[in-house]
Amino acid sequence: MGHGSTHYNLDQRFDFSAGVKKSIMTVLVIGAVILGAGIVLAMFGGSHDHGGETGAHAFHWYQRLFANLWINNVYFTGIAVIGVFFFAIQYAAQAGWSAPVLRIPLSFGYWLPFAAIMMIGTGLFFLVTHQFFHWTHPELFDPNHPEYDKIIDGKGNFFFWPLAKGSFPIFFIARMVIFFGFWVFFFNKLRSLSYAEDLNGGTEYWRRMRTWSALFLVFFAVSSSVSAWDWVMSIDTHWFSTMFGWYVFASWFVAGLASITLVVVFLKDNGYLPMVNENHIHDLGKFVFAFSVFWTYIWFSQFLLIYYANIPEESVYFVERLQSDVYSPFIIVNLVLNFFLPFLVLMTRDAKRHTIFLKVVCFLIILGHWFDFFLMVQPGTLGHNGGFGLMEIGMLLVYGSVVAYVVLNNLAKQNLVPKNHPMLEESYHHHI
Amino acid sequence: MQVTSSVREPLITGGKTLKDVTQDISRHVETKPNMQWLLAFLVSVGALGLGFVALAATLWEGIGMWGLNKTVGWAWDITNFVWWVGIGHAGTLISAVLLLFRQKWRMAINRAAEAMTIFAVICAAMFPVIHMGRPWLGAYWALPLPNTFGSLWVNFNSPLLWDVFAISTYFSVSLVFWYIGLIPDFATIRDRATGIRKTIYGALSFGWDGAAKTWSRYESVALILAGLATPLVLSVHTIVSFDFATSVIPGWHTTIFPPYFVAGAIFSGFAMVLTLMIVTRKVYKLEDYITIGHIELMNIVIIITGSIVGIAYITEFFIAWYSGVAAEQYAFINRMFGPYWWAYWSMMTCNVISPQLFWFKKIRTSIVATFLLSLVVNIGMWFERFVIIVTSLHRDYLPSSWVMFYPTWADVGVYFFTFGLFFTLFFLFAKFFPVINMAEVKSIVKSSSEKVTK
Repeated sequence: MGHGSTHYNLDQRFDFSAGVKKSIMTVLVIGAVILGAGIVLAMFGGSHDHGGETGAHAFHWYQRLFANLWINNVYFTGIAVIGVFFFAIQYAAQAGWSAPVLRIPLSFGYWLPFAAIMMIGTGLFFLVTHQFFHWTHPELFDPNHPEYDKIIDGKGNFFFWPLAKGSFPIFFIARMVIFFGFWVFFFNKLRSLSYAEDLNGGTEYWRRMRTWSALFLVFFAVSSSVSAWDWVMSIDTHWFSTMFGWYVFASWFVAGLASITLVVVFLKDNGYLPMVNENHIHDLGKFVFAFSVFWTYIWFSQFLLIYYANIPEESVYFVERLQSDVYSPFIIVNLVLNFFLPFLVLMTRDAKRHTIFLKVVCFLIILGHWFDFFLMVQPGTLGHNGGFGLMEIGMLLVYGSVVAYVVLNNLAKQNLVPKNHPMLEESYHHHI
Repeated sequence: MQVTSSVREPLITGGKTLKDVTQDISRHVETKPNMQWLLAFLVSVGALGLGFVALAATLWEGIGMWGLNKTVGWAWDITNFVWWVGIGHAGTLISAVLLLFRQKWRMAINRAAEAMTIFAVICAAMFPVIHMGRPWLGAYWALPLPNTFGSLWVNFNSPLLWDVFAISTYFSVSLVFWYIGLIPDFATIRDRATGIRKTIYGALSFGWDGAAKTWSRYESVALILAGLATPLVLSVHTIVSFDFATSVIPGWHTTIFPPYFVAGAIFSGFAMVLTLMIVTRKVYKLEDYITIGHIELMNIVIIITGSIVGIAYITEFFIAWYSGVAAEQYAFINRMFGPYWWAYWSMMTCNVISPQLFWFKKIRTSIVATFLLSLVVNIGMWFERFVIIVTSLHRDYLPSSWVMFYPTWADVGVYFFTFGLFFTLFFLFAKFFPVINMAEVKSIVKSSSEKVTK
């Protein structure tokens, strides 16, 4: 198992020290306090409109809590599955440079089982109590009811098949279970092969991981789009856009790349990954830069085509956002954080090689793409009762710190570097 | 120090040395054209001449020579335009995007792919220009020039004008990129040549001296051009897709069009690269440079882009149903089961189903199968554009104006003309220019040839 002339301690493990745990716990507690304060404020001071209206559409404070749960559910599910996706891409494309950092994206996958429980749990709760998703209301599918909606009735089978429309959406929930089931299955497969390679060596594992990666990529190509339709697009039940699946994927992908880069830089700053130098960091920075531009491309293409054709059924989506006092500022925030900032700051070579720029930009991108999902979820569920306040900040901090805890805790359990990866030597000499 | 992992396949086989590279590739430029080349060239020029009859008739008589009618105002012309532009995507993708991704296998195929790109873009540009009816005027009418015709300006709101900008930019950058890459190789040929050939290749090589500083500048320029060309690869077909997607025609107005058109373009471009390279490598005996490994990798690109296109087809179909918009739903039912069902199912079979055969290693490493499938993909991508364009138009909002489109001999002839043009240019290139980038291939002889990795 000699690695040529270059010697690093390949058995190094990340020490999930009490200090790091304490920092994460502090964020968690601060987040919980803010969230609690947000909930209390919403409960006692929040009922500022719909005065007197006690019908089915009265706004309750907990709807905002549910919307926040869903934003973070979907967002962090995305970052977790993108970790596995990035890992699989590296194998499928026979990438050499990334070999020493592969365990970081892989460890994101440890969030997937928790994400599955959260998504399926909250999903079932919404479906049973007819919350959150407009299409869960049975009266929409009853032609004799005044609330009957012909368009939603037309697409009802997508949620309810084979059961009656307006009953239990078994098709929707089955897709969710299948997607998470296979994502976790592929993650476990890739993970166990990678760890077995540490123990046994040889190039056989690398080849098997290539095959499994290709299979995962095929499954992910379909499931990522369909999950975007299910979990996000169906919120604005009337609205449709063929680009939407790839739009959500692009948002997830940039957020995932920024998270990978941030963790690598964090580890590097703490003395880990000695073989990772500015060339590898540069490549990660290029990925963040390139896919920020890609996200913008997708965002702009979808926006321009809908704006230009100006078909009411489609343009209502942007009208709801651009002409809203609550949401229109966040369109700007979204574009500034996710396009102008990475585009201008990461343009130069040096900015991608010096970690300070990457730390700032990646952090802001992770926040920026949270805003992207905020803009996808809240207008369709909360309307003008939404907004960015204590509840949003608190929930994001709680969720983010729990995800960070799970990921880092599992990262610490195995070697930080896949020590028998056949491309390691290539990666040591990576120079750009 | 450059290290190549032992799990990588060698990119150059047959134990080639630096001298062998020069010899094997310059040879075709230096020797007299052989019989095979002459025949192929004559056939191409013949096609060009024969097609020119249709072109001349179209220009003389007007666009009425084509099968267009009131309902179907766009048909073969724009189908052929999009088809050729799509093909013209592979070259710049290979040379720019794969350069940024440091894919060394691109080095054996980038030269010919870029040449093909440039010729395909020329063929594509023919169609809008011919469609202007009076191209000698149209050539400058399409430009936003201050003019003396009163306040008549180009329509800046129209994606067709954006096409003019996008394609001319793309063409210019691709041409410069291709030519800069050729300079060191022209110098190599110049240094081996005598007489008039020395003068010609000397002029073409811009006084290249091969100094370290010159190489350093060359590499900087290549990287900058790659950075510029990468967004251009996306922008061209994005804007071509806007030609359709900005409209309110069911089947055209769909937001997935931009990335889906780009994927389709790369798909068809790689298919055409394969068609041409499989023949070139055989005729020029370049099997050691364009190995089965190269062909396999290109086939993998075909599977990926073909599958992306397949997902886009299914997405469009699903969303048409999901949208609840009756006109949208009908447009897709009509594509599948209407009078043009054969075009739709040809497209589906050729573009989505047949590339999946490349999942089998036996098929993707077989020269014959690859060649046949590359033709199938080219046919399928033509049908894709035909389906999008003609089947969306022929049954519009007013059933009384529903018609079929029938191409005339002039439609077929003008398309044939562009084939003649494409192959004439390609054969000239293959004879007088080095078909493989010698300088770049030499840079990997040490690290990626068989001797090193095996």
